[in-house]
Amino acid sequence: MTAKTVSSEPPVKTGLRQALLAPVRLVMGLVDIPMRGWQKLTGLNGMAGVFLAPNMLIFTVFVLLPLVINFIYSTTSGSAIFLQNRTYVGADQYRILFDCGSYLDPSTCAADTFWAAVRNTAVFVVFQVTVMLIAALATALILNRELSNRGFWRAVFFFPVLLSPVVVGLIWKWILQREGLLNYALSPFGFEPFSWLSDRFWAFFFAVFVSVWAHMGFYALILLAGLQAIPRDLYEAAAMDSARPIRIFRRITLPLLMPNLIVVLVLALIRAVQIFDEVFVLTGGGPGTSTMYITQYIYETGFASSLRNPGLASAASILMGIVLVILTLVQLGVSNRNEKKGARH
Amino acid sequence: MSAVSAFLLRRRGRGWHWTDVVTWIWLISGVFLMFGPAVWLVFSSFKTPAALAEFPPSFLPYVTEQAVVPGYDKPLPLYNVAMPDGSTRVLAEVRRIGIIGQMVDPKQPGEIVKANIKDRTPVRQVEFARGNYTEPFQRFDFFLFLRNSVFVTVVATAITLLVNSMAAFALSKYQFPGRTAVMLMILATLMVPLSVIVVPLYSVIGTLNLFDSLWGVILPTVATPTGVFLLRQYMLTIPDELLDAARMDKASEWQIYWRIILPLSAPALAVLAIFSVVWRWNDFLWPLIVLSRKELYTLQVGLNVYAGELNVQWHYILAMTVVSMIPVVLIFVFLQRFITTGIAGSGLK
Repeated sequence: MTAKTVSSEPPVKTGLRQALLAPVRLVMGLVDIPMRGWQKLTGLNGMAGVFLAPNMLIFTVFVLLPLVINFIYSTTSGSAIFLQNRTYVGADQYRILFDCGSYLDPSTCAADTFWAAVRNTAVFVVFQVTVMLIAALATALILNRELSNRGFWRAVFFFPVLLSPVVVGLIWKWILQREGLLNYALSPFGFEPFSWLSDRFWAFFFAVFVSVWAHMGFYALILLAGLQAIPRDLYEAAAMDSARPIRIFRRITLPLLMPNLIVVLVLALIRAVQIFDEVFVLTGGGPGTSTMYITQYIYETGFASSLRNPGLASAASILMGIVLVILTLVQLGVSNRNEKKGARH
Repeated sequence: MSAVSAFLLRRRGRGWHWTDVVTWIWLISGVFLMFGPAVWLVFSSFKTPAALAEFPPSFLPYVTEQAVVPGYDKPLPLYNVAMPDGSTRVLAEVRRIGIIGQMVDPKQPGEIVKANIKDRTPVRQVEFARGNYTEPFQRFDFFLFLRNSVFVTVVATAITLLVNSMAAFALSKYQFPGRTAVMLMILATLMVPLSVIVVPLYSVIGTLNLFDSLWGVILPTVATPTGVFLLRQYMLTIPDELLDAARMDKASEWQIYWRIILPLSAPALAVLAIFSVVWRWNDFLWPLIVLSRKELYTLQVGLNVYAGELNVQWHYILAMTVVSMIPVVLIFVFLQRFITTGIAGSGLK
């Protein structure tokens, strides 16, 4: 064989790409004809509306309009879906939600499942976010060390982020069942097979564990990006003073990572409040209502249960929305303050 | 083996510190904890129902060998039996009574040998039960689910890219009254989760007569504020002089959009496309609400419904779960670097 022939012709691949793009070109070219006419009428800047219109139309119909309707919905009762078939009841739905003998005991409330879901969510958020932060921070710190094959290790921890919640739920349901891998792994230590998900404590434990498992890589990645932005020379200076790792961590890493930590904290809080899919597939909210969280309550009250009450579900979702708005505002406030601080230094 | 340990232990520093020990414990347990469950799922999905019900479970899918013995209708399972005289024979089990198995030698089917079940072990071999994968296609609506999922993912991604890039173009390259207001509104709804608006959104879908339609699943997801935001940030970096030059050459605004802006925004479009595919493929709550006819279920809804209905048929559920993971794993394997930098840079998910 002789040496590779040098060719100035483009590779064959381009031919395929051209063939695939040809129909797109044709459509775009055809669209151009009416667009030119419109441009003659309105001028350059008038075209902005044309470009913006499709997105705004969809956005208005499927995001803004529902936001407004949600308030109207929450003031009506009945199981009908269309607004004209629903009866106006004012603030009754909210009154039902807040009708409690004692706010410390959900079972004294008229909407006892709602308050059980609220309490479950609050407990879940506290534990899940704490575990998430610690795990993500530890992972980010470790991935930030001088490792070879860092890409591989990053992939290891990030991989579950892309799995669908249903797949995540099913994988763990399969491992945690009575004949599952966990019981097998524990059997050499003298543990009897145990139905992990039918026990209140363990069902909660694994709801936290599985949701951290599924999302930790995402937060670790944000923290890793923050760690890599910390200037190297700070660490070199600390090494010159032969400072201990813990001291370096407390005096350099932690303060400089704080903006990223806060972003992660607030994002994790917002997502934990909305937890639904993984846990729903894993436990179905059980045993009893012990792993039933707010989103599941809204879903079941609005759509699934025999006592369908979209009005009540709307009222509950508005309360949840208020909590989320507060969390978002806190995030915006904190990140603004941080930026200003950064500017001053 | 040495290649593996060299890969694992290669490091740049000198000497071992306690932090190195912690690092390696974390990384190696991370491999088991993060990859392990998925690997376990894949191996389990190739097991027969009998092997799945086995406890303790084995890692590889084993199948007990069977033999056709003259005089018996069904194939009989084969066992290695330790005989009282110390020898071992391969026997087929006819039936079991208590702890005594009635066995026959496949070569001499006339004679029944009794053996304590403690003295026998099944003759097993590794075999992948491909039926777990082929049967759901024939017996259930699995193929329909798959087709629905592909349709939703492809169409939603295409519309997302088109509509979001048009809006981003308008918001980054034109001056018009209300531009800031539109931008603020889009940003404000970034944080409105679906779960807050599911009930009214359901009624909007009902009014538009999109119940039980894949378009009802697609349309509410395509005007994602994240997409507009991401693309706009990218398009701001494209110099306006390029546009002006094209206008001098009598290009229309629409031509500028699709012949200049779109090709130049390819990297940002690619990031959004990857995310859109992953989002739409994984969607669960919204399809669950909109779709009630089985022929329209997407893979995720179908999987969950089957997992509830067919709790005993784990072999099908596991195989279907593996199939539903394939596109996401492929995207991950090929575009890992792209995805992770995209997320770390923009903080989106």
